[in-house]
Amino acid sequence: MKYEVRFSGSGGQGVITASVILGTAAALHDGKNVIQSQSYGPEARGGATKADVIISDGKILYPKAIHVDYLVSLTQKAANKFIKTIKKGGTVIIDGDFVELPDSPDYKIYRLPMTSNAMAKFNRTTTLNVIAVGAFAEMAGLVSAEAIKKAVLENSPKGFEEMNIASLELGRDLARAAKKG
Amino acid sequence: MSEAKYTFVQGNTACAEGALYAGCDFFGGYPITPSTEVAEHMSDMLPRRGGKFIQMEDEIASLGAVIGAALAGSKAMTATSGPGFSLMQELIGYACIAEVPCVIVDVMRGGPSTGLPTSPAQSDLLQAKWGTHGDHPAIALIPNSVEEMFTETVRAFNIAEYFRTPVIILGDEIIGHMREKIRIPAPGELEVINRKLPDGDGVCRLPYRADGKNPACLPNFGKGRFHVTGLNHDGSGFPTMDPSIVQGSNARIIDKVYHQRELIDKVEKIQCDDAEILFLAVGSAARAAEEAVAVLRSQGVRAGLFRPVTLWPFPKKEFRAAAERSKFVVVPEMNLGQLRTVAERMIDESKHPIVPVNLVNGEPLDPEFILDSIKKCCLK
Repeated sequence: MKYEVRFSGSGGQGVITASVILGTAAALHDGKNVIQSQSYGPEARGGATKADVIISDGKILYPKAIHVDYLVSLTQKAANKFIKTIKKGGTVIIDGDFVELPDSPDYKIYRLPMTSNAMAKFNRTTTLNVIAVGAFAEMAGLVSAEAIKKAVLENSPKGFEEMNIASLELGRDLARAAKKG
Repeated sequence: MSEAKYTFVQGNTACAEGALYAGCDFFGGYPITPSTEVAEHMSDMLPRRGGKFIQMEDEIASLGAVIGAALAGSKAMTATSGPGFSLMQELIGYACIAEVPCVIVDVMRGGPSTGLPTSPAQSDLLQAKWGTHGDHPAIALIPNSVEEMFTETVRAFNIAEYFRTPVIILGDEIIGHMREKIRIPAPGELEVINRKLPDGDGVCRLPYRADGKNPACLPNFGKGRFHVTGLNHDGSGFPTMDPSIVQGSNARIIDKVYHQRELIDKVEKIQCDDAEILFLAVGSAARAAEEAVAVLRSQGVRAGLFRPVTLWPFPKKEFRAAAERSKFVVVPEMNLGQLRTVAERMIDESKHPIVPVNLVNGEPLDPEFILDSIKKCCLK
């Protein structure tokens, strides 16, 4: 099977790092075929950034995502721009505190209160991207919990390991709660 | 590092790792998107290994530094993108005539000029061959995966050192910036070629006195007495206008490359044997084409892909043979027809019509776009 996952948000939110964490986990620790890529504009901050991860059991030829199975959006701008790339029957995960998308028969949507929970728990939103990775991992079940944990640690700056692991777990908790409805 | 290891890295990082594997110990460059990660990784790694990294004031100076380092015995490289590659062209010619081995990485982006700095394109396929003035050898390798960014960089150094000539690696924004898992081989696993030096004590007074189709054999700077110039020169390296010498040496720097192609040539052929629709594609466009081939094959259409891994010198004979049975030759590329102009010169279009598929809007060329584009003309 081949899955296309798209993280999207604003430049500077760590959307690319989120995709690198997922890619590292699936490729190096779960032994899948993986391609991670991103696209952004000339500006260093702002804009609508996307970062894609293709995870497959077979060889991946074309390296870019076209019809995404999972779309994670952390800003309204990114959600508006990339919702049209979701595959029929795909899954959309948004930061319910800031992003709104209508319900649709074409996709399942989960609105997770990421920002408010990050503020409540850490008093900052620096790790919103890791929360998003945790939420995605829980929703999709495509990568093992151990692999994701290892990849988060490998991609954490010194001193942020604990907070990142807590953020990963927070993302998982939010996804579990949302799935229960 | 004594064992092979697996890593999940960008194409640009893999390129830098390949350079280090090949023994590169000098990098001179000026950062430019989408090539910057090559410089970034080299700036991190070279000082730890006793190598040198220098950020120059522009791309002209960058290649100047690289040529100087190479003459002094270093394995040297630089990395840039289209606009910087244009600035390097004059010194590429210098390195050709002075027979200085060096590796130039051009991670292509949209253009001309500042164009679309963060978007993919294949804008420099012809610049890599014709960018510098005068008759000169042109060698350009064009990887289409992160793994190939590693292996082709090793190969680029081998070719540069063996032939004493510049070798260009044409990456593009997609291949340079995407991440894939690669295996970095253990030292010794891949062949690493070092330049030939004069026998004996290394002292050589006629470094450019090469016979027939051979590269010159210069000692490293500081050994022996010799002269290096961009003027046409005789065996001693000093300028000459002697017509018989100039005719021979101008021919030799090209012949040395074009008559010893075993190290240079590399082509990937996918289902070409019975292909009625033959794709000719390179770099990231070739990955889209390979997927288009898979889709067409699943529909019973005999499609195949001819992918030059070494773009220059172009694999003329092999391409002609692959196109022999084709009804159409489709050329998908992220420019307005650079590779097509090459194909046009190689085959008879009345027998094998060429179908161009061109995209220059900054978006990646994808398999659906290719299939849509050829539906009307090639598929009944």
